[in-house]
Amino acid sequence: MELTAKERMAIERHGMAEQLPDLRNRNFEEVPYGYTPEEAVAEAQRCLSCKKMQCISGCPVEVPIPEFIALVAEKKFAEAARLIKTKNVLPAVCGRVCPQETQCEEVCVRGKKDVTKAVAIGNLERFVADYERENNLMEVPEIKDKNGFKVAVIGSGPSGLTVAGDLIKLGYEVTIYEAFHRGGGVLVYGIPEFRMPKKIVEKEIGALEDLGVKIYYNSVIGRLHKVDDLFNILGFNAVYIGVGAGLPIFLDIPGKNLNGVFSANEYLTRSNLMKSYLFPKYRTPMIIGKKVAVLGGGNVAMDSARTAIRLGAEKVTIVYRRAREQMPARAAEVHHAEEEKIEFRLLSSPVEIYGNGEGWATGMKCQRYELGEPDESGRQRPVPIKDSFFEFDCDQVLMSIGGQANPLITSTTPDMKINKWGYIEVDDWGRTNKEFVYAGGDIVTGAATVISAMGAGRRAAKAIHEDLMKETDETLRPPGGETEEGDEEK
Amino acid sequence: MYELIEKSEIFNVHKMVIKAPEIASSIKPGQFVIIMGNEYSERIPITASDWNTDTGAITLYVLELGISTLELARMKVGDSLYVVTGPLGTPSEIKKYGTVALGSGCYGIGGIYPIAKACKEAGNKVISIIEARYSSMFYHEKELHAVSDQVLYATSDGSKGKKGKVEDVIGEMLEKGVKIDHAFFMGCTQMLERCSEATRPYAIPTKVALNSIMLDGTGMCGACRVSVGGETKFACVDGPEFDGHKVDWKELNRRRSAYTEQESVVYQSYSHECMAEKKLRQEL
Repeated sequence: MELTAKERMAIERHGMAEQLPDLRNRNFEEVPYGYTPEEAVAEAQRCLSCKKMQCISGCPVEVPIPEFIALVAEKKFAEAARLIKTKNVLPAVCGRVCPQETQCEEVCVRGKKDVTKAVAIGNLERFVADYERENNLMEVPEIKDKNGFKVAVIGSGPSGLTVAGDLIKLGYEVTIYEAFHRGGGVLVYGIPEFRMPKKIVEKEIGALEDLGVKIYYNSVIGRLHKVDDLFNILGFNAVYIGVGAGLPIFLDIPGKNLNGVFSANEYLTRSNLMKSYLFPKYRTPMIIGKKVAVLGGGNVAMDSARTAIRLGAEKVTIVYRRAREQMPARAAEVHHAEEEKIEFRLLSSPVEIYGNGEGWATGMKCQRYELGEPDESGRQRPVPIKDSFFEFDCDQVLMSIGGQANPLITSTTPDMKINKWGYIEVDDWGRTNKEFVYAGGDIVTGAATVISAMGAGRRAAKAIHEDLMKETDETLRPPGGETEEGDEEK
Repeated sequence: MYELIEKSEIFNVHKMVIKAPEIASSIKPGQFVIIMGNEYSERIPITASDWNTDTGAITLYVLELGISTLELARMKVGDSLYVVTGPLGTPSEIKKYGTVALGSGCYGIGGIYPIAKACKEAGNKVISIIEARYSSMFYHEKELHAVSDQVLYATSDGSKGKKGKVEDVIGEMLEKGVKIDHAFFMGCTQMLERCSEATRPYAIPTKVALNSIMLDGTGMCGACRVSVGGETKFACVDGPEFDGHKVDWKELNRRRSAYTEQESVVYQSYSHECMAEKKLRQEL
């Protein structure tokens, strides 16, 4: 039965049922349970199927949102998932970790006045992807005949997986080189189990392998093979670099190297990739702080804080230099953190970490800040308040204040252009200055989101396809230009 | 993948020859690999001792110290390691220095061999100095002799060479006026520190291979950070070799001991598992 616009407008947004805060802050199970089919259909009915479809333009990979939502309303869940997958190879991931509130949902007509009233596009995306996977309805998409070109993808994070997924379908032979022993990049080492269950990532990667993507684990490109070797020795025709951001930054204050002071990268990698939350079954140890201070206001800071509370910290405090509205973390993550009784010390920044005689962190001295004039980014600049300090006890400090470009690849590829911060320079389509070398994701932009990395991967895959096909037409055609493959392609 | 093709034991140091052809053809002296025996293991950084591009094998000397290395030690020829990643770290700077002294002990005796070999090939006079508690704890001697102009020994009980340690041998040489143009040291942190102190008064350029706690080995986590000349460096990418006269040893030792408590927990759980296994067998 077709609903009228008025009837659709009358339906309230459906939230997802969640584990209660006092229960979930002691386990690593996923926080939201997901929609029931009934909830999904009801939520889908809220969509007005506007002509303008602004939601699509709000999505970095242009998922056909109103179309998939219409399928959900018709209870064609697996079909909806397949439709999304024509544009987004990782819907179960994006449904969970995309910042929809600043993308598709932000421009949704129903969220014009209040974004929390927008159609829950992300929740629906997650639902259909989970439905398809859990009911074993995943289908192997159509793959073009092999075209004879080999592409190497460095890094199996969101952008690398997107490039691999797009190119394998177009008939390329695709090999991914991954530095770690598990695939997924930030999805496995960075984002915790309670936000991104690892079995979903494994399943998505398994699906790519079923399509014929080869993955070499434990392969640190730049050390094991140089980029040039991938062409000259290993015979690849194109290389995509999606290695992520890399090096952590440590706030340069006294005490930064005390025992108990970690980069968020280390803390999360121990817990997530090495599974030290399951210590001692998994052997990698983790120091369990009693009073934990987390520096920073991004999603990584929230993930670190929420991991600390789950590992058994008595008290976790987030220390952030700016105000709450300026936190780069998703509102939902900040909200989840607050529910889990994580404290916030806003407009504060540490000036020193104190240690005991044995060199273990014991406390922190912070300076208070106030908001001043806006800076280049338009945010009000935090200005330290003179002589306004406070101290508090902490035996663990997790620094989550951003990163720098990892030089492992760029330093061994000296003829590839990088900017002054060490990130790779590319055109709008991910082309570097080096022929047939492409890059995308955090190694180009610095720390950003999963979906923007996937968008970059999508564009680079298009560029690789275009450039290599041009190559077929122009140079690989046999002398005389009479016959063969080049012509047949047309 | 990563099949264990040869294994032997010299006290608590285990020689492991592993099939890893890509690493064998790209690794250089001073670089290391990270290994995991099984999917539950820690990631253990080990300096490569030898490699053969024809057979695709790499040789590692693993000191049994903690649960993950104990599990490695229990592996048998024909088993496969779960992870062998490398090469990692910056290779040693090899050039014609003149006379090069290379001091090592424990797992470092195996680890320093490729550096000695490369120094020899670069036309240096190579003096290798190795230490152990007793003479029977030495290993890899034949190989070391083949690339050294001189091999000097130090033992705690005086059963071979000088009674004492590497720094005693090198100190005596320097006192006697032996000219040393460059020194490399590999072994436990205490040894690296003492050897660096021995060469400091003579201002001999001294490189030490540091063994701070590592996790990913690619510069991503900063677990291995060390202070060298007042600057924070990452041992996994900036090192592992640093100027021994500039290392903050106190900080390094402190950071290396950060997990002592957890290590004891995991040992207890391990012996508990073994007891359970034993009980099960008895019941059967």
